[in-house]
Amino acid sequence: MSDQLFDSDRVSAGARWRDSTFMRIVREPMGALGIFLVALVVLGALFADFTGYSPIKLAMRDRFLDPSLAHLLGTDHLGRDLFTRVLHGARIALGVAFIATGISFIGGLVLGMIAGYGPRWLDSLLLLVLDSLRSFPTVMLALALVTLTGPSLSAVVLVVVIANLPSYARVVRAQTMALKATEFVLSARSLGARSWRILAVHIMPNLVGPLVIIVAMDIPVVITIEAGMSFLGLGVRPPTPSWGSILNDGYAFIRESSWPAIAGGLPIIIATLGFTFLGETLRDHLDPRLRQDG
Amino acid sequence: MLSYALKRTGLAVVITAISLILLISMIQFIPGDPAAVLLGPLASPAMREAFRQQMGLDQPAIVQILRFFGRVLTGDLGTDVLTNRSVLITVVEQLPYTLALIATSIGWSALLGIPLGCFAAVYRGSLADRIVGVLSVSSIALPAFVVAVYSLLLFSVKLGWFPTIGAGDQGAPLDQLHHLVLPSLAVGLGWVGYLARMVRASMLEVLSENHIRMARAFGLTERTITYQYALKIAIIPTVVILGMGVGNMISSAVFAEIVFARPGVGKLIFDSIATRNYPVVMGAVMITTGFYVLSTLIADLIAAGLDPRVRSAL
Amino acid sequence: MSGNLLDISGLSVAFRTKRGPLKALRNVSLGVGKGEIVGIIGESGCGKSTLINSIIGLLPANAEKPSGHIRFADEEIVGMPEARLQQLRGERITTIFQDPMTALNPVLSIGTQMTAIQYRRTGSTAEKRRRAIEFLEKVRMPDARSRLDQYPHQFSGGMRQRICIAMALLTEPDLLIADEPTTALDATLEVQVIRLIRELQRDIGCSVLFISHHLGAVAELCERVAIMYAGEVVEHGPVRDIFRDPRHPYTRKLLECDPGRVLEPLARLPTIGGELPDLVRLPQGCIFEGRCPDRFARCRERPPVETVRPGHEAACYKARELVNP
Repeated sequence: MSDQLFDSDRVSAGARWRDSTFMRIVREPMGALGIFLVALVVLGALFADFTGYSPIKLAMRDRFLDPSLAHLLGTDHLGRDLFTRVLHGARIALGVAFIATGISFIGGLVLGMIAGYGPRWLDSLLLLVLDSLRSFPTVMLALALVTLTGPSLSAVVLVVVIANLPSYARVVRAQTMALKATEFVLSARSLGARSWRILAVHIMPNLVGPLVIIVAMDIPVVITIEAGMSFLGLGVRPPTPSWGSILNDGYAFIRESSWPAIAGGLPIIIATLGFTFLGETLRDHLDPRLRQDG
Repeated sequence: MLSYALKRTGLAVVITAISLILLISMIQFIPGDPAAVLLGPLASPAMREAFRQQMGLDQPAIVQILRFFGRVLTGDLGTDVLTNRSVLITVVEQLPYTLALIATSIGWSALLGIPLGCFAAVYRGSLADRIVGVLSVSSIALPAFVVAVYSLLLFSVKLGWFPTIGAGDQGAPLDQLHHLVLPSLAVGLGWVGYLARMVRASMLEVLSENHIRMARAFGLTERTITYQYALKIAIIPTVVILGMGVGNMISSAVFAEIVFARPGVGKLIFDSIATRNYPVVMGAVMITTGFYVLSTLIADLIAAGLDPRVRSAL
Repeated sequence: MSGNLLDISGLSVAFRTKRGPLKALRNVSLGVGKGEIVGIIGESGCGKSTLINSIIGLLPANAEKPSGHIRFADEEIVGMPEARLQQLRGERITTIFQDPMTALNPVLSIGTQMTAIQYRRTGSTAEKRRRAIEFLEKVRMPDARSRLDQYPHQFSGGMRQRICIAMALLTEPDLLIADEPTTALDATLEVQVIRLIRELQRDIGCSVLFISHHLGAVAELCERVAIMYAGEVVEHGPVRDIFRDPRHPYTRKLLECDPGRVLEPLARLPTIGGELPDLVRLPQGCIFEGRCPDRFARCRERPPVETVRPGHEAACYKARELVNP
């Protein structure tokens, strides 16, 4: 009898693994592809230092070399190995993605809860400010901001936050308002619980899940903003290799050699497609209600 | 309908005003002397003093904002530091090129995206539907500037099919169209996927409603049902999205103008940043923001007009 | 049963589901004569919708090909090509649905919708509009001419149902299928709609298949009625006979539970205990056996269709014995 129990436990653990979210995602072609591409980016960022080349040291004798075994993606206009630069660029892309996303997440959560739960005048005020922030086309916002502050990584993060936070806050606000009217919140209030406690214990746990999915799905957008700003020279300053600046250099020297431009664009495509595919599949499995395509 | 239009317009005005206030207040956060930073190292002390006077930088914030609004309402957006002309004129000169680019981009992406979405909805679950799905997702993910550079590389530099720079000769529409192809490809590509998805979702929702079942029960052909009965309803939210899309496209248009060296508001802003031509930058950003709010407003009103339920509500 | 306009014999329809085929209709036989009004009574889940969908050829994608026959005039509907079905639907067989609030397209005027369904006919748009107005007047819509260009949301629920009735009759169909046309309406409107249908049926002379679970409505309108339970016809016959002398235990229970029949104040309305059977794993014997107060040993085998009197049949071993006291 005890053997039987032991065996059935093992079977159920195996079944659980097979049915777990991870495996379900892998089984979808889009999901598997997404995981693969994202893994490429992450691994690239991790092992950037092991290529044997420096991303910033000049080597003027090796300018515009075509791809070969020595230089997997060729070299740029200053003789630097493009593959190494791309891998280092992954660090910047992922770093900005997670920092900016984290800030937007927390900010959106807090502001959304305040707007949804607090007094109406505060809600109206916050809504007006948030909607006004949202009415800037992102590039215009970036251009205007950088005019005043000068190009930097923090400027990029700030642009991303301003571009994304209002949408998150709106979603959180709507959910908060819906939750505010539910039974368990009403009963907590009648028992005299203080607002911040209600928010923290009853409301916030219900907001975090869907918000994480929404925010995760924006990672490709964040990567795009960072790359775009760097492309325009509004982000990281040379010689730091951001994918956008590699692409920009490639564009400037496009008649000399195609490879720098290709090398700059390729990781952007891989990263945005990978995170998008992954995000879509994740959302379909975790919360199909958020689907936008029926 | 009228009261809705009024309310909506009022809201748009308020939002524009607040955006502009936010924009102007950014000045307050500049460390050091704003005039020196904004006019750049080339400006003489006299110019800086004039600038300070003009912008009222020594006045309290409220006064600055009020004076600013006063000037904006009279059409005075400042003076172009480089050419000494009115900023308004400088920007408005470039506007038609950007508008042409955006219009072409919306045009082709709608012409391709809406039917694709319709098709995917009608043949839901088929292989074609899934392919359209993956392609849509991919087109949305690809950034416009990457598409711009790659298409420049392939179709212009390598194959020579399309010109690399400029907008074409004035008064030669075919030549101008030729110059529009690649830039509008870059700007519009993402929208094809986005529209296809939205239309598909909308159509699926409409097609599952009771009145469609009734239309089938009365023997109407699938063709009639798809286009006259279902699409007519599904298109309404799509119009709203297109309105928002215009603002989105302004961002992509900037990249396209820079990559293809096309004249336009985006290129103007970019060049002006490089030359520290702050009044032009701010003026152009203001105009594009206003334009974005306007297009969203117009799209909302058109969508409201298309739905007879909203139209006759008041 | 030749001479019937609609002849359903041995119709069985199953749906593909994850658990296996769901047998929604089993061996259903029903006939509707020319100009006859036949009712179908059954609760949710009895297969009414599937039956209607089978007749008009609009079964969903996961339905397997039906077995059995549905003969309409001289044609066989099972397996009929879609093109021919589109000729019949809306011309010779029309339908009135349950919920008038969602039955009409919200962005098209009712005039557009009423002329669109006439697309198979020759004639100018003006003629088609005239016909639409003519029938709107028949359903007693005031000011029909000017209201023709209005939109559905400008009409009340009762009015919308009348528009649907007008639409269903303006092509002078041979068969009108009314799928619970009064369920979403209040009692006064229900009476009006029933009277309207009766009047128009006399006017046009079409056959009517009237599906409802309102026993009173069926009693007032129909000549014959079939009782459906869980995908089978358990009893059928002339309305008077069925209502006065029901022979199938399910029919008897239904009549007992009809709120309209309750004469004394009760603490609770009577109900039929138990639940609908699983249509994927069907029970062996009589479909009603699990909830039947009169069951006995033989009910484990499928009961035959017993003839109570000419035209009145019930699928129960005890059909001939169960007589109302």
